[in-house]
Amino acid sequence: MMTPLHKQLLNDYQGNFPLSPRPYQDIATELGVSESDVIKALTELNETDVITRIGPVIPPNRIGVSTLAAIAVPEAHLHDIAQIVSACPEVNHNYEREHYFNLWFVIIASDADHLQQVITGIEQQTGYSVMSLPLMDDYFIDLSFRMDLHDC
Amino acid sequence: MIADIKDQQLLEAFQQGLTLSPRPYAELGLRIGLGENEVIERLARLKQSGLIKRLGVIVKHRKLGYCANAMVVWNIPDEQVHGFGRRISSFEFVTLCYRRPRHGTSWPYNLYCMIHGKNRGTVLEQLRVLEQVCQLSGFNREILFSRRCFKQRGAIYQNAAPLMQPALANG
Repeated sequence: MMTPLHKQLLNDYQGNFPLSPRPYQDIATELGVSESDVIKALTELNETDVITRIGPVIPPNRIGVSTLAAIAVPEAHLHDIAQIVSACPEVNHNYEREHYFNLWFVIIASDADHLQQVITGIEQQTGYSVMSLPLMDDYFIDLSFRMDLHDC
Repeated sequence: MIADIKDQQLLEAFQQGLTLSPRPYAELGLRIGLGENEVIERLARLKQSGLIKRLGVIVKHRKLGYCANAMVVWNIPDEQVHGFGRRISSFEFVTLCYRRPRHGTSWPYNLYCMIHGKNRGTVLEQLRVLEQVCQLSGFNREILFSRRCFKQRGAIYQNAAPLMQPALANG
C-alpha cells in the first residue's frame, strides 16, 4: 500500500535529488517529515521493487557505446533465446515486442570493438542475426515522468 | 566532461545506487577514496556539464500500473526528421525520442518514440493526438507494444577500462 510520502518521493524526486551531505534530511525538510521517515519509505519502495535505485541517468554514448538491437525469433524459441541474451552483462533492457522483430534489447559496451564482439557473440550463441540500430540523435531533454498514482 | 580517473570511478560507483543511510555521498566516497565534499563537488560538475542528465529515483513503471509501453517508429524523410523529433519530444507522455539508422527493406524506420500508459487504450489515444498535432499521419509507421520484460536494469555504463564489474541490480 502506498502512502502519500511514497507517491511524493516517486513523482517529485526523479530529478533534482539533493547534492548535499544529508540529502534525505533535505527532502524530509521539504516534505515536512523526518529523515528516518524518508529513508524508511525509500527502503520500502526498493524492497517492493518499485524503484531500482537512486542514482544518475547518463545520456547514451557519453560513456562507452550503446545500441538498440533486435532479433526475429519464432515464438516457440523466444523464451530460450531471451535467456541467452539476458545473460550477457552488457545487455540491460530486454523486452518482447509485438512484431516480426520480437526481441528488443539494449547493449552497452566500452567501445566499438567490444560492442561488435557482444553482437557477434549473441549471434553465435543464438544462431540468429542481430539487427543493430545505434543512436544517431537524441531529441529528448528530461526523462522525468509524472505518474498518476491516485489508484496505487 | 570526465576530468580524470576519479570521475570515472565515481560515476561507476554512483551507478550502483546511493545507499539509504544518512550520509550516502560520504559512503560513496569511501568506496573510491574520495571525501564527501569532493564527491558532491565532482557530481555537481558532472551534472552541470550534462554528463549526468538526471539524478534521482529511478522507477519501474510497470510496477506502478504503467503496463502499456509502445515503441512507435516512423519512416521520415531525412531532411525532416530533426523537426519531427523535436516536436514529438515536447509531449509530456513521450519518454524517449531517438533517430536511428534504417536497416534495409525489412526495417525502413528512422524515428522512434516511447509512450508509457496504464493501458493500450490510453497509449493509442495519446498517439492519435500526437500524430494529429504533429501532422504525422502521412508517414509509414508501426506500433510495437511490449509484452514480456526479460530484463530491466536501467542503463549502467562501463568505461573503456572497466574498474569494476557493475552488479546486476535487477538482473
